[in-house]
Amino acid sequence: MNDRIAFENVSKFYGEVLGVNRISFSIPPGITTLVGPNGSGKTTLMNLMTGLVQPSSGQISVLGIAPGDANAFFRMVGYCTQFDSFPRGLTGYRFLFDSLMLHGIGEYDAFRLASEALQRVRLSDAAGRKIAAYSKGMRQKIRLAQAIAHHPRVLILDEPLNGLDPMARAESLALFEELGRQGMHLVISSHILDEVDRISDRVILITGGYLIAEGNIHQVRQEVRDKPMQVLVRCDKPELLASRMFSVNHCVEARLHGDGKGVFLRTADIDEFYRLLNDVAIEGLVKIEAVAPADDNANAIYNYLIGSDGSAS
Amino acid sequence: MAANANTLTNRLKQQPWGLWWLQARRLTRIEVRRNLLSWRASWIYFLAFVPAAILLIHAVFDRFDSRNRLDMSDDTMVLAGIVQFYYIRLGVFFGCLGIYARLIRGEMVERSLHYYLLSPVRREILLLAKFAAGSFSAILLFGSSIIAAFALTYLPYGTAGHDFVFNGPGLAQLEAYLAIAVLACLGYGAVFLLLSMIFRNPMPAAMLVLGWEAINPVLPSILQKISVASYLRHLMPVSVPGDGIFALLTVETEPVPAWAAVFGLLVLIAVVLAYSCYRIRRLEIRYTTD
Repeated sequence: MNDRIAFENVSKFYGEVLGVNRISFSIPPGITTLVGPNGSGKTTLMNLMTGLVQPSSGQISVLGIAPGDANAFFRMVGYCTQFDSFPRGLTGYRFLFDSLMLHGIGEYDAFRLASEALQRVRLSDAAGRKIAAYSKGMRQKIRLAQAIAHHPRVLILDEPLNGLDPMARAESLALFEELGRQGMHLVISSHILDEVDRISDRVILITGGYLIAEGNIHQVRQEVRDKPMQVLVRCDKPELLASRMFSVNHCVEARLHGDGKGVFLRTADIDEFYRLLNDVAIEGLVKIEAVAPADDNANAIYNYLIGSDGSAS
Repeated sequence: MAANANTLTNRLKQQPWGLWWLQARRLTRIEVRRNLLSWRASWIYFLAFVPAAILLIHAVFDRFDSRNRLDMSDDTMVLAGIVQFYYIRLGVFFGCLGIYARLIRGEMVERSLHYYLLSPVRREILLLAKFAAGSFSAILLFGSSIIAAFALTYLPYGTAGHDFVFNGPGLAQLEAYLAIAVLACLGYGAVFLLLSMIFRNPMPAAMLVLGWEAINPVLPSILQKISVASYLRHLMPVSVPGDGIFALLTVETEPVPAWAAVFGLLVLIAVVLAYSCYRIRRLEIRYTTD
């Protein structure tokens, strides 16, 4: 069994409407963020990944198993969809318990796993209440609990932070991070890129049903060569550093940080930039405290490659 | 050829039958709970028990009014008419439409079917378990209603009624009515389950089926085989004379032995279920367009 989520030339058409077109990628374990504007095909991609829709052409396998083999497939895959609906009349606990019983496990194990999942999403207190009486955030949590209750190896999350308050968002992100560290596959689509970006290892950019870029966030950023990279340098004399760096022709923009203790520099040649920065540091004219990429994240990549209007540049 | 048969046998033996059986039982239990313990099922309870309620009213009030008292052979005919014209043509028909169409289409309307499709259960098992749950619910409701109607028909006759049931043809007639109800539930259930997977709104298609069932007796014999009611007609223990519009529903068709009628209906159910299994394998969740 391999450890990849693999799409090979996958296309999906809804009649004559394009869902996704000729998508190929291979995702290793870790946290992968699916990024794209509304209607770009993110949910279609996730539904294809889990067999809720079937490809018009191409092959899909998750850890070597096709979604059609439900018995094996859904023991290792959990999918928290965006559909905010539930079977009628169930309590949170009953919803999880019934789901787990379909795995063929005993009642005690189903009880134990349901309780554990409820605890993980901090919903134990509301477990006995009807889901119909839950708030939006609680419904989001119970869906997440249902997706993780059977300890899947692959977790697919469609906008999992929707409806959550800041505290619950932070808790969910910490949970995702922990699951990613445990070697799980997490595929997350979210429009709250700033938050998801902090925990992501990889990014898949999609727009209009086409894959724009895929891979490690830093690699993808470096491949966007027509957009100079922005670096934040924390130092004691930002004006001096800015003038020194700006005199070099590959440095195209300099902007002081709001607190006056750093400068954002944009460069067309990042390797040359770092070499020069080393020289400046050795000269001792400026005391450099920290250097960090300022636009090496999914949000920036999204803006560069897709743009705020959702059309790929 | 023999090698192929051996391979097939080995493959069948390797399938997780025990797990499938367990999953099917659990799914059926969940679905029966949803079918029967829901306020939205109240109209099906009404459909099922309205004849028994009417017979109860008659049994209570006619005791005090000798002018309304019929003889037992008349009441036997009335009961046969209720089974043939009400239960089979209306009660079971619309009750099954309500129960079986909810199983797949209802969950698509409520946007909750994906939870089942994301569970480690083969889709064929899911469909068959849902069918079993629908059948259990429908048979429980209509079967108990027919038993109640039967009891309320003969109870007021006291000892004569007791003799008719236990020493006469009564019990055999009850068995036949129950068998007809079971087959009607299974037959209509399979048809409505399939229709609900094909059409977003299965009601117009169900009305066509109702019309088809009504005109079926006057169709050529080959077309009569594609009908639930035509098979059931041959199992009726008491033939009801039809007058007026009812004549269409009671046309004498070429006689078919009971075993052939049951076998024919079971084959029809099996074919419809097999096609439903094929459809659910290809089912996609697209709630926005459904």
